[in-house]
Amino acid sequence: MTTDTSRRGLAGRARPRRENRNGLLMSAPTLAVVLFASILPFALVFVFAFSEVRLVDIPYLFTEPIDWSFDNFRRALSNPAFWQALSTTLLYATLTMFGSVGAGLAVALAMRRPFRGRGVVRALLLVPYVLPIVAAATIWRTMLNPQYGIVNVFGREHLGWESSVGFLNTTSTEVWGVSVPLTLLVVVLFEIWTSAPLSFLFITARLQSVPPDIEEAAALDGANGRQILGRIVMPQLRGVILLLCLLRFIWTFQSFSEIYLLTEGAGGTQVMALKVYTELVTRADIGSAASYGLLMSVVLVVLLSAYVLLSRRKVDVE
Amino acid sequence: MTRSATRPRRATEAGRFALIALALFLALAPVAYGFLLSLRPYSAVVQAPLDLIPSFDQIDLTGYTTALLDPDQGGFGLGRFVLNSLVVAISTVALSVVVSILGAYAAARLRFWGRGAVSGLILAVYLFPGIVLSVPLFVLLARAGLTGSLLGLFLVYVAATVPVSIYMMRNYFEALPESVEEAAIIDGASLPRMLRSVVLPIALPGVVATAIYVFMIAWNEYFYALLFLVEDRSLWTAPLGISQLADFNVPVTVLLSGSILVTLPVILLFFVAQRYLVEGLTTGADK
Repeated sequence: MTTDTSRRGLAGRARPRRENRNGLLMSAPTLAVVLFASILPFALVFVFAFSEVRLVDIPYLFTEPIDWSFDNFRRALSNPAFWQALSTTLLYATLTMFGSVGAGLAVALAMRRPFRGRGVVRALLLVPYVLPIVAAATIWRTMLNPQYGIVNVFGREHLGWESSVGFLNTTSTEVWGVSVPLTLLVVVLFEIWTSAPLSFLFITARLQSVPPDIEEAAALDGANGRQILGRIVMPQLRGVILLLCLLRFIWTFQSFSEIYLLTEGAGGTQVMALKVYTELVTRADIGSAASYGLLMSVVLVVLLSAYVLLSRRKVDVE
Repeated sequence: MTRSATRPRRATEAGRFALIALALFLALAPVAYGFLLSLRPYSAVVQAPLDLIPSFDQIDLTGYTTALLDPDQGGFGLGRFVLNSLVVAISTVALSVVVSILGAYAAARLRFWGRGAVSGLILAVYLFPGIVLSVPLFVLLARAGLTGSLLGLFLVYVAATVPVSIYMMRNYFEALPESVEEAAIIDGASLPRMLRSVVLPIALPGVVATAIYVFMIAWNEYFYALLFLVEDRSLWTAPLGISQLADFNVPVTVLLSGSILVTLPVILLFFVAQRYLVEGLTTGADK
């Protein structure tokens, strides 16, 4: 903002109009991309979701009139599998959000004080994030393989497991009398493993700009480590932590490749994104896939608005 | 004085290093495991799954050669898939970066009608659930006859990477000293000339970092490759190829070799550009 006003005097009178034209010209390619790849498709989601379209109709698309109907939504909302997928997705996204941001925060705080080799350690911690998802999934599937995977072999030989555990196809299992959705938890761990480095990176960046003198002053005044962390460091991290939670939730809510590559939806991991894919590819039903996608966005928008409203109210009270 | 005042106790210090060691182990052990298995013959992996470190005479690189060779040479054709991935990823980088340099510079420096709307739109697109748009994108490209081709994949990747690369590049541009650009304009340089010979040379590290990030996205992408190309084996990208081979009876050592092969370029590029990438991704986090 300040740069804008300071530049106005320098440039002369012809500048604004030329700048206006240049700005529009230079953002035209971007706008074209956004228009064709986001706005137009977004409008089409509505059209498809409210009409009966199947993959076989594609060659005749946009040449025939559309028969509008609510059937896709009626079928989706009356299908128990839809509600099952929705609750799985919510659980999956929530657990991943806490795990990913929590792990990133813990490691970022532990790495805060400099030590020899910190730069190298920091770079190495990012490896799971950089790894192509297909490589990560292949490695995890091998690790968890019931026959020769290291986890199962180790468990059988050293931990006294009677038989291999089907980590990738067990919808629920009893652990000390509590039923646990095993495969879903494995997928959550996998997603945390690949995404926590990013949380770590963001929190580290924010920590670097926390001025050390307040903490030093607090320490001189007799505050202990826990007080400094709770009263001085954490309040400054609040913004970035909330942002990371929000982004992680949005991204995990729609994640497809992680789950598809690990389980293909087995073991109770049919999330919404997988449903959209199966409706489109396996059942060849464009309308139904679009309605699943649209319902996903509705849930996301409702949750996000609730979040914004709640965080606003909280600020007002403070 | 102040240093000793903020120095934590020995127990806290030990816990801190234990946590760092644990994080390091969790981050690297699976990757090391995959790499070590890829060096051993399949029979040895099945018979002695816990002997991770291969003895010297046991090291067996046939996993790599079998993965890379074409099927008519007895391999699984990963070489071909890697080539497809390279073609798509490099073209995506080229177009996405050019579009983003223009858009990001306009958003960072020029005052024009609708500037706020452009920035808001890009953020909205960046946050919007991409899976929802996959249905109409698939239908549109299928209607245009492009879903069974690398060209269709390239178009989708450009669209998917433009928002994030504009976001990163705008941060780099905003951090540049504005006085140099003004001096060039006053000296009579036109905007395109000034961009080419003044802005881009200074912003080069940022542009390269963005290009590498875009390359990584396109190189790693799996969902659209599966959606568009699964039926035509000759067009599979590397991630799609590896995942499809997992469904056939391909020895796990070959799959792991393939995974390590597709990982190497990404890890190398990442460490080359690490500093600038981290800066570009996290700008805004410290506000």
